[in-house]
Amino acid sequence: MQLRNTLYRYGLTAILLHWSMAILIIALYFLGEYMVDLDYYDAWYKAAPDLHRSFGVITAILVIIRLAWRLNSTHPVISGKQWEQHIALWVHRIFYFLMAAVVVSGYLITTADGQGVSVFNWFDIPASFQGFENQEDVAGEIHEWLTHILIILVVLHTLAALKHHFFDHDSTMRRILGMSD
Amino acid sequence: MIRKALLALTFMLGLSTVNAQATEHYTIDTKGMHAFVTFKIKHLGFSWLEGRFNHFSGDFEYDETNPANNKVKFELDVNSLDSNHAERDKHLRSKRFFDTKKFPKATFVSTQWVDKGNGKATLKGKFTLRGFTKNIDIDVSQVGSGKDPWGGFRRGFEGTTTLHLSDYKMKEGAMLGPVAEDVHIWLSIEGVRK
Repeated sequence: MQLRNTLYRYGLTAILLHWSMAILIIALYFLGEYMVDLDYYDAWYKAAPDLHRSFGVITAILVIIRLAWRLNSTHPVISGKQWEQHIALWVHRIFYFLMAAVVVSGYLITTADGQGVSVFNWFDIPASFQGFENQEDVAGEIHEWLTHILIILVVLHTLAALKHHFFDHDSTMRRILGMSD
Repeated sequence: MIRKALLALTFMLGLSTVNAQATEHYTIDTKGMHAFVTFKIKHLGFSWLEGRFNHFSGDFEYDETNPANNKVKFELDVNSLDSNHAERDKHLRSKRFFDTKKFPKATFVSTQWVDKGNGKATLKGKFTLRGFTKNIDIDVSQVGSGKDPWGGFRRGFEGTTTLHLSDYKMKEGAMLGPVAEDVHIWLSIEGVRK
């Protein structure tokens, strides 16, 4: 399989980015929901947020790579009626916006008092912006709401893909799975 | 007759002015930030965790000749909690502990100044936090007073008290266990005379 996209199918790069990020985003969402309810003496109280932050940074790096890749490569033709194509395009744009905004708001929580974000104790992303009063609370609210919206969009996106596959019988879902027509 | 009445009136006015002068009115210097509200609580019983509240305001009245007239009114912005760790501060402000959305303010209103002489006293008062009002005693000692270099007059006190976490029924306060029951408060308050 080729790395780049063509007009009719996704390349390996896009497919790997799509699925690795799908797994990361869904896992991070549930890890986030789980960790905020842990009590202080829980064995996961420290490890769960550490993992959440570390994988969050990995996701951030993937978001950047993905955006760069998206802007510099061909996109396969979108199937469906014109209004469906419009919606598909906008849903993807919103996805990119949400992924970026979630990553940024998460970063602003941890770094609000000048502490960096440690990634698996391997390297640190330094703090850079301490802009407003109670930044961690404001960024926290935004992070929470955006992730709820993001996960709802993931559900709609999945339902739409299944609709294309089972009702429209087109190649929309097959091509992101890397199957040939 | 009118003269007499006027004299009496002048005399009374004069007296009341003297009275007013005996009680000095101060504003806590939060503008120049010469006031600090800090707390410390044990972490797991292994070490001290220290933090402070950055925003508050208050007034006090001080009467050198009759200290029983001394009064303090104080308001604290609970949201300004700062333990030098953003994620911990967020956690402490949440519903689990201070619930600052519902209870953004804490207040202290003094009820009695028990003078012990030598600038020391016990300041009794009502402290309200998270909707619970408790009678607390603050050990106070005067640090100093006098003219400042900029034309004002200042008076400063130091205060300590111990609060009990269980008094304020924080949702997860009990979860921290008996080692975190006592919260030690240290205050440094400088007032500028009005």
